[in-house]
Amino acid sequence: MELGGILAYLVSLAIMAGIYAVFCLGLNIQWGYTGLFNIGIAGFFCIGAYTSAMITTPMPTGIYAQYVHQIFGFNLPFVFGLFGAALVCGVVALLIGIPTLRLGEDYLAIATLGIAETIRLIFNNEHWLANGPRGLMGLPQPLQNLVDPRHYNYIYLAVIVIILVVIYLLIERAIRSPWGRVLRAIREDEVSAAMSGKNIFSFKMQSLVFGAMVMGIGGALYAHYTKAISPSVFTPLYGTFIIWIMLMAGGSGNNKGAILGAFVIWGLWIGTKFMTDLLPYTLKARAPYIRFLLIGILLEIILIYRPQGLLGEEKKVSKLIE
Amino acid sequence: MVELIVYGIVLGSIISLGAIGLTLVYGIIRFANFAHGDLMSAGAYIALFMVTGLLAWIGVPDGSFGPLSFGWRMLIAFPVSMLAVAGVAILLDRILYQKLRKKKSGPVIFAMSSLGAAFILRMLILIFWGADSLFYRPGMMRPAYALPLGVKIRPDQVFILVLVFGLIGALHLFLQKTKMGKAMRATADNMELALVSGINTERIIIWTWGIGGALAAAGGILYGIDVLLHPYMGWNFLIPLFAATILGTIGNMYGALVGGLVIGIAQQVSTAFLLPTYKPAVAFIIMIIILLIRPKGIFGGSSR
Repeated sequence: MELGGILAYLVSLAIMAGIYAVFCLGLNIQWGYTGLFNIGIAGFFCIGAYTSAMITTPMPTGIYAQYVHQIFGFNLPFVFGLFGAALVCGVVALLIGIPTLRLGEDYLAIATLGIAETIRLIFNNEHWLANGPRGLMGLPQPLQNLVDPRHYNYIYLAVIVIILVVIYLLIERAIRSPWGRVLRAIREDEVSAAMSGKNIFSFKMQSLVFGAMVMGIGGALYAHYTKAISPSVFTPLYGTFIIWIMLMAGGSGNNKGAILGAFVIWGLWIGTKFMTDLLPYTLKARAPYIRFLLIGILLEIILIYRPQGLLGEEKKVSKLIE
Repeated sequence: MVELIVYGIVLGSIISLGAIGLTLVYGIIRFANFAHGDLMSAGAYIALFMVTGLLAWIGVPDGSFGPLSFGWRMLIAFPVSMLAVAGVAILLDRILYQKLRKKKSGPVIFAMSSLGAAFILRMLILIFWGADSLFYRPGMMRPAYALPLGVKIRPDQVFILVLVFGLIGALHLFLQKTKMGKAMRATADNMELALVSGINTERIIIWTWGIGGALAAAGGILYGIDVLLHPYMGWNFLIPLFAATILGTIGNMYGALVGGLVIGIAQQVSTAFLLPTYKPAVAFIIMIIILLIRPKGIFGGSSR
């Protein structure tokens, strides 16, 4: 491969890692700072991607209308897609939070798992909603007329970096505020936080919704990168499990760790692809399973030997305190 | 409709086998075992390995019993697979959860670890058997008995019901009559008190995993006999299992039995109105309703 090819490959790698980093930041709000166990990230991923896709594409007309069904199509710019995705994910998170956040932490896990599977089933089976298993194609990309399509990925990487930085700064600001301290207090000891007069349910809900909105933006970023989405993408493996491993590897409770984890694990994931390419032909079809097996074993090792991840949580809240 | 209810009872009895194991683990070892569905898959595939591989190789005859779709091979494979999955569950505890217990990790870390274990088990199945649906015996004619009210039931399904209720009866006797069973119930009731009374909780934990794993294997094999084998079968069972467990109150074995039957019947009856692929969603909706109106389940006292 010549140099330009390698560079283009690295850029595509960085784009996917950047999108996963957005998810890790969202999960970090929920798990890292508040201790909410959300294992239905794929559901928010899916809703974010579809919402943004339908906001930014027009309703199919003419001959297309026979083949492509979608419940709405607003043909609005990319930015509206991002906000719409965040908004809808926030509402879904609110609905999940109502029955589960007053109960033990396992219930939220089971409920989010259930909603993720249900959402995928709905998008798969309801053709009128978003074209069923065939999904949506030809999604627009921001600033796509600016450069030659061959070099477009550089622009998109810049878009992702800007959004990632904005989300990072926003979360850092929020987590260092009194609001963020309440979240950590709830994570550490719910009872004493409640005794200090904090409404546990309300704070947990805010954290769940905030995190889900960030995940919605991640889903939107994914949709406009691949330009085509279908329900089969949003599986528990690619949509939930790998994001958990990224956050646990990078360090939950640390936003820098969340971003680092996304890049490290995505790098490892792609690296193992090169490794399994060396396998004999008969085993190649099953290579992804071998890679996921290795990633699963990695999670178990992290949980047992280094639960704090690479970076661990920063205990110091303010730079002004020595 | 009556037929759907009968099929629902068959499906529900299989869900119950998984849910009873899940509720025992939940009640005694105190965490949500997200690998329980995949233990069911493991049981089904180990039996498949025995039936189509090992036992065929040894030379066990391939005939089948009367109207049933299986014979000696399955009869041998069934208990062996139950033991093997009990072993797998205990092994997972030794290499993963015991270490976490020693480190005093929080319950969510356990749950996450079991989620990892679920993926590892599923990937092993996918690596060895691939992603296609498989059968214990492909292309078998499946004659059915015609019962009144237009109900058609296959001999295999009668066998499933008899076996499930036999296994549950045996477990009931074990929990009520034996010393280990009583110790298990005591631990589920109050871990600290059990420790103080001199109950060896590590032994209880091994027994719980063993029983849970064996029942999960039985459920997985029976589903394989009734329907088919698929690497994601256990994962698809996970939501019905949790729904049944929560419906029947966590830690309550009889509740899990009732919960499993309710979920199974609801899932089958729903196919009269909804696409069959929505079955997991039906279980999920029931679970959400339970969480809203009675989060402790039907057998949970309001005082606890």
